[in-house]
Amino acid sequence: MSPSVPIAIERLRYRVGDLPILNGVDITVTSPGITAIIGANGAGKSVLLRLIDGLLVPTSGTIRIGASAGSRPGTAFVFQRPGMVRASVAANVSLALAPLGLDAGERRERVRAALDHVGLGDRAGAPATRLSGGEQQRLALARAWARKPDLLLLDEPTANLDPASAQAIEELVASMARAGTKVVLVSHNLGQVMRLAEDVVVLADGLAVEHGPARSLLSSPRSPQARAYLAGELPWTSFAAHS
Amino acid sequence: MFQTLQDTLSRIAALDPEVIAIAGLSLRVSLSAVGLATLVGVPLGGLVAVASFRGRRAVVGLLNAAMGLPPVVIGLVLYLLLSRSGPFGGLGLLFTPSAMIAAQTILVVPLIAALTRQIVADAEDHLGEQLRSLGLGRVRRAAILIFDTRFSLVTAILAAFGRAISEIGAVLVVGGNIDGYTRTMTTAISLETQKGDLPLALALGIVLIAIVVAVSAVASLLRSYAMRAYG
Amino acid sequence: MDLLRRSFLSLGLLAVVGSSGLTTALARAEPAETITVASTTSTEQSGLFKDLLPKFTQSSGIGVKVVALGTGQALDAARRGDADVALVHDTAAEETFVAEGWSTKRYPVMYNDFVIVGPKDDPAGAAGASVVEALRRISAAKAPFVSRGDRSGTHSAELRYWKEAGLDLGAIRGDWYKEVGQGMGPALTTASATNAYVLSDRGTWLSFKNRGDLKILVEGDKRLFNQYGAMLVNPEKHPHVKAKAGQAFIDWLVSAPGQAAIAAYRIGGEQLFFPNAGTK
Repeated sequence: MSPSVPIAIERLRYRVGDLPILNGVDITVTSPGITAIIGANGAGKSVLLRLIDGLLVPTSGTIRIGASAGSRPGTAFVFQRPGMVRASVAANVSLALAPLGLDAGERRERVRAALDHVGLGDRAGAPATRLSGGEQQRLALARAWARKPDLLLLDEPTANLDPASAQAIEELVASMARAGTKVVLVSHNLGQVMRLAEDVVVLADGLAVEHGPARSLLSSPRSPQARAYLAGELPWTSFAAHS
Repeated sequence: MFQTLQDTLSRIAALDPEVIAIAGLSLRVSLSAVGLATLVGVPLGGLVAVASFRGRRAVVGLLNAAMGLPPVVIGLVLYLLLSRSGPFGGLGLLFTPSAMIAAQTILVVPLIAALTRQIVADAEDHLGEQLRSLGLGRVRRAAILIFDTRFSLVTAILAAFGRAISEIGAVLVVGGNIDGYTRTMTTAISLETQKGDLPLALALGIVLIAIVVAVSAVASLLRSYAMRAYG
Repeated sequence: MDLLRRSFLSLGLLAVVGSSGLTTALARAEPAETITVASTTSTEQSGLFKDLLPKFTQSSGIGVKVVALGTGQALDAARRGDADVALVHDTAAEETFVAEGWSTKRYPVMYNDFVIVGPKDDPAGAAGASVVEALRRISAAKAPFVSRGDRSGTHSAELRYWKEAGLDLGAIRGDWYKEVGQGMGPALTTASATNAYVLSDRGTWLSFKNRGDLKILVEGDKRLFNQYGAMLVNPEKHPHVKAKAGQAFIDWLVSAPGQAAIAAYRIGGEQLFFPNAGTK
């Protein structure tokens, strides 16, 4: 597989009208595997992910992925809510391959392999919009995987799923990372971040306030914003037990 | 009133080949117009929905306003264009079914395009980002969203058919209501009303309604069949 | 992409439906040769053409398409070149049409007559009077009167009668005088609904089914005769005019068989049109 992609983000600003969302984000990622972005609602995590994908255009600053700034390697984006076209499961994967200019045989083969990989091989002909939420998110991963991306962006991919479905997604993401795809994950689920991520970026007030290895950052955050965010994590025990 | 109703029913029972020919012409003209308008209007509406360009809001406003174009004005403008003394007089199309098809096509293109734009724009709200992140260009995105919303688009096309087959202003002016050649259901109804033959006019009206109901019933049957297969 | 191909396929299918409709609509045109005749709504609504045209087509092989308009509109359509022949009933306007060179000759074909129709109880006491006297009584009584008001031959005849009655319509008109701006049928419908007097051609009245309480009150006055003329549109003005076929239609109308066919058309036993080719 392709080598992991270094990501270099410098002085990245993004504004919607007069409203600043990102105020000069600097992040350099050199490690392979999974990088998690955490932070409170409104910190700009999803916007950052969309800027990396090219869905949004920065107000100023640069994002470099791979060796050169010019040619962007294949990225794939998996959203919190998978968007499926009213067509078969296979067609939904196939349409993701349209811009790649593959011949029909190669395309069919990739669709089949991707569906087998996520365990939907026997549902290829079913209407995609009739799948359960977990199955749809697996299909979204298959759609991303079929493109053989160098960089996979995940925006809270398990936020709407039950624990079993979430676990299936986590296993798939981990396997893709092991296979050499660089993964950037936005998540509120700190358990998930702990299980999956090599390194963690904390976003607060439109800035990257802290960046470090997952284990050390989550257990002993240095910045006050990261401490506040992590302290706000709901306790595992119920409120009632404290009273 | 009761007498009229009774006369009407007996007229329907005795519908002759002439009425069937008139109904056939109405169907042919309006289906052709809606078919052509779909070819133009659906891609147009889809592209306007996904593309971003200067003046897009103006185009959308224009399309929405053009939904309400008065048929008789379209008929009049087309009459002046197609008249032998007009710029396209050489085609000899005035007072022909082709002129009526052209008029109804112009009438319903904005309707189909505007409704398509709205439907596709709604679909774009939840699918657009996904499709853009796949690196699909605007033509492909429009095509996929049109495919995605095909069941709703059937309703838009049916609305266009209803408007086309029930309008009289445009077909009367450019068709001329020529007996056996350009007489449609609506112009025939109008003529019989003018002649004071209300039972016959009403009978024709009921036939027209039956046609519209039948076409939309067939369309929604096909639609629900297809939806069962492809939810 | 399979999905795209399918969506374009379904669009294509619609296109085929559409264009096949177009071609069948086109293919349905014309016997061997077909002419377009601009005529009047009253002639169309009298049912004369339905009876007359098949006879002409049978003897000549020429199809006739009639566009029924008011006399003024019919002459306009002919001026624009949108008809080959005009068959209308407004002698003065027809003579102007010829004088302007839009046609080279006007052929008198037939006449029918106008009648004044009004409520059975005749509040103005117009029954049996001459047309000008009837109009004087109607206006004096301010009894409801419906006018076509649409530049048709019937409308211009009505205006002529008011003038001949020595009445200035502009000065005397009021609520009792209603212009409908439509064909003979709608004018009769309005009169029937409001129990008003109205000037109608006999043919439309006879084939009119929704009479209500109306009946003929004034008829037979010489002034009420309504002359029809036929004119071929001048091919020098409009080269596409089917001059030969158009002239053949006019020649047939004024020939013995054509005149006989006109005389033979009846509704409920009553003759509507009286052939008088070659009179004036």
